[in-house]
Amino acid sequence: MKKAGIIMVIGSLLLLGLFKFPLWNIMLGAPQYPEPLGMNIHLDGIQGVEEFDIQNIDGLNHYIGMKTIPKAEEMWEFSVFPKVILGMSLLGVLIGVLGFAGKISYKFFLGWFVLMSVLGILGMYDFNLWLTEYGSDLDPKAILKLKNPDGTPMSYKPPLFGHQKLLNFDVTSLPHIGGYLMFVGMFLTLVAFWLGRKFSLKTAK
Amino acid sequence: MKNIFKLSIGFLITAIAFTSCGDQKSSKSNGALSSSKAEKVYVAPGEHDSHYAFISGGYSGNLTVYGLPSGRMFKEIPVFSQFPTNGYGYSEETKPLLETSYGFVPWDDSHHPDISQTNGKLDGRWVFINGNNTPRIARISLTSFETEEIIEVPNSAGNHSSSFITENTEYVVAGTRFSVPVPQKDMAIKDYKGNFKGALSFISVDPEHGHMDIKFQVLMPGFNYDLSHPGRGKSHGWFFFTTYNTEEASTLLEVNASQNDKDFIAAINWKKIEEYVNNGGGTMMPANYAHNVYDENTHTATSTMKKEVRVINPSEVPGAIYLLPTPKSPHGCDVDPSGEYIVGNGKLSANLTVHSFTKMLDAIENEKFDGDAYGIPILKFEDVLAGSVEQPGLGPLHTEFDGQGNAYTTFFISSEVVKWKLGTWEVLDRKPTYYSVGHLTIPGGNSREPFGKYMFAMNKITKDRYLPVGPEMEHSAQLYDISGDKMELLLDFPTHGEPHYAAAIPAEIIKDKSRKIYKLAENEHPRKATNESETKVVRDGKNVHVYMTLIRSHFTPDNIEGIKVGDKVFFHVTNLEQDFDVPHGFAMIGANNAELLIAPGQTKTLTWEAKQVGVWPFYCTDFCSALHQEMQGYIRVSPADSNIELSWSLGED
Ligand SMILES: [Cu+2]
Repeated sequence: MKKAGIIMVIGSLLLLGLFKFPLWNIMLGAPQYPEPLGMNIHLDGIQGVEEFDIQNIDGLNHYIGMKTIPKAEEMWEFSVFPKVILGMSLLGVLIGVLGFAGKISYKFFLGWFVLMSVLGILGMYDFNLWLTEYGSDLDPKAILKLKNPDGTPMSYKPPLFGHQKLLNFDVTSLPHIGGYLMFVGMFLTLVAFWLGRKFSLKTAK
Repeated sequence: MKNIFKLSIGFLITAIAFTSCGDQKSSKSNGALSSSKAEKVYVAPGEHDSHYAFISGGYSGNLTVYGLPSGRMFKEIPVFSQFPTNGYGYSEETKPLLETSYGFVPWDDSHHPDISQTNGKLDGRWVFINGNNTPRIARISLTSFETEEIIEVPNSAGNHSSSFITENTEYVVAGTRFSVPVPQKDMAIKDYKGNFKGALSFISVDPEHGHMDIKFQVLMPGFNYDLSHPGRGKSHGWFFFTTYNTEEASTLLEVNASQNDKDFIAAINWKKIEEYVNNGGGTMMPANYAHNVYDENTHTATSTMKKEVRVINPSEVPGAIYLLPTPKSPHGCDVDPSGEYIVGNGKLSANLTVHSFTKMLDAIENEKFDGDAYGIPILKFEDVLAGSVEQPGLGPLHTEFDGQGNAYTTFFISSEVVKWKLGTWEVLDRKPTYYSVGHLTIPGGNSREPFGKYMFAMNKITKDRYLPVGPEMEHSAQLYDISGDKMELLLDFPTHGEPHYAAAIPAEIIKDKSRKIYKLAENEHPRKATNESETKVVRDGKNVHVYMTLIRSHFTPDNIEGIKVGDKVFFHVTNLEQDFDVPHGFAMIGANNAELLIAPGQTKTLTWEAKQVGVWPFYCTDFCSALHQEMQGYIRVSPADSNIELSWSLGED
């Protein structure tokens, strides 16, 4: 159970990587952009991969009437997400320490994982809502007004995950280091649960 | 069984070789041969060349940037000549770069580029080049690939033995081809002999910013100083200049300057003179020369006239200058990578003369002098001679080195490059050039560590090498692979203007430092507008200043009214883009100067005189975006006595 507690603590601490590394990354490459433009989604805001990428993405998007990429203060998510992640990390550490000391059951480890997964899915859902709005809430005076074959206005929503072709751009959306650290951390809490369960089954015998 | 099989294949191949008949055979083998050469110069689409070559433009006054081995030209960098392509020398910011003591000189004859060095190795920070006609030295940044500084050289005329760099870029050296009265004065030309002087200038280079300053000029006898090179390694601290017309003729030089059996290589111990100068030696002489510096942050050049220069007479610093007799009007003066050998390419000589630095020092120490010229000791030819390459060709001009102990010399008259061995002086190979080669370049050839691999010859005569284009044509160059025992001709490519030399460098030393944009946040132009809200139009008497911005795909403002006939309109145009390779142009109808090409983050100014009443358009000349054609605007010019107020706008109906 001691080992399980330690792994639980490590897994929870890995979440803190999000304060240093981006959660997600969206890259936009095109024939004219052999070195793609890119944005990194951090817990507390969106930053360009290179210094002027955000400005240049906005510059291109104005042709199709897209809004500019929001600043941190323009979205509540960027003030709430850091608190949630910090809270979950501390909670995980607490559960791990108590588990290490044998004060609580290994089942708490799973409880933390389930809670984190629910929050994560909510976060993804929210992120996807924003992407949809960003890609389809277009200026009616846009220079280029493109329609789908069925006559509906074309949406420029970047994919939540994976690759998509948007006009001349190849858009790729994938987790970044912070995101991967979070997934590894969450996986470790599952490992902690499994070890704790194994240990308790053994001692029960 | 296997052996028999092999044997029969052997017979078969031999049989094919013997039976294939004349024409077919030669065309086939040529095909195979040229395809392997093609591979050596083929740079696949999207891939990069392995080397940069900076090739002088001669009478174009500029410098071109080529890739090796493909022979593709990437850029023409305007240096001494106005360049309407981007407004260089026309924009208010760049006009000061072309100021001289003769006034505005918008052209020159650019000759010998040389790349900055640290510890005798190319460091790829700057490339220097000389203006031969109106004596000037320019420094070009190898991050922006733009001319950043031009200094005029006083007391000089025909700045030809320039611009060569010492091994830590302590100095860029500029010697005069024509000797002249110093200071200039009204005198009979026939009194040249003994009265004219040849100024050799040592221009210090600030190690941090590259800024140039004439540290001292040595006023040498009135010979013609043709070319020069620095000592390196053991001979670091010395500089060598070839001379011709030691006869000091002032007329019909082709005969009168070819009489002496030997001219000289002047060896100058600049370290010794530097020490003398640092201790207050030399004389400050009144002078008048321009020093023009471009600032990357203000995007503006300023021109300052300097009023004095420090001059040294050879007699003031005994033991600093010696003359090495060298046969027949030597042209190139080339020092091998070790610094031991000094090659004097006597252009009318049957043999190629090589002097030994060690022997020179020895002769100096033992005072084995053979008279003097105006007080400068002349060493004995036999005492300093390292050896000579016997009958290598006709009309040697320049020599470069591969770092493997071999030298490569161009022969103008016999139109060939000859490879020979340092020390044994034996000829190893010769290859024709097309036609009448002047200079040749090996990457790093003027340094302690040449990179070898390629050599290219720059020719003076083109004739039938390319599709005919009338009587006037570009010059041809040939690229050779020199990695093997024999030189192999790989490629023939045209160059721009008339190259007199080139400096080449492996691409990886500089390519990653190449600038992509200028940051708007660092723009300190006094009339910038770094966002659209800063745009305005301001009248100052008859001068009207338009603070304008450019971004895909509009000008701000794009409608301007209240301009009157007789006004001088200054368009201060800032490109707001911060994206790589999104320049915008600015072109005004009837502009008497040029257009502007403005890089992202840059501000440039075009002056336009309102001469006629009417509504006059301007537009972007660089196809910047899908809406480039929409990138346009109007200026309303009213009669001189009109009382229409100045107004400007964007997007108002
Ligand atoms: Cu434009």
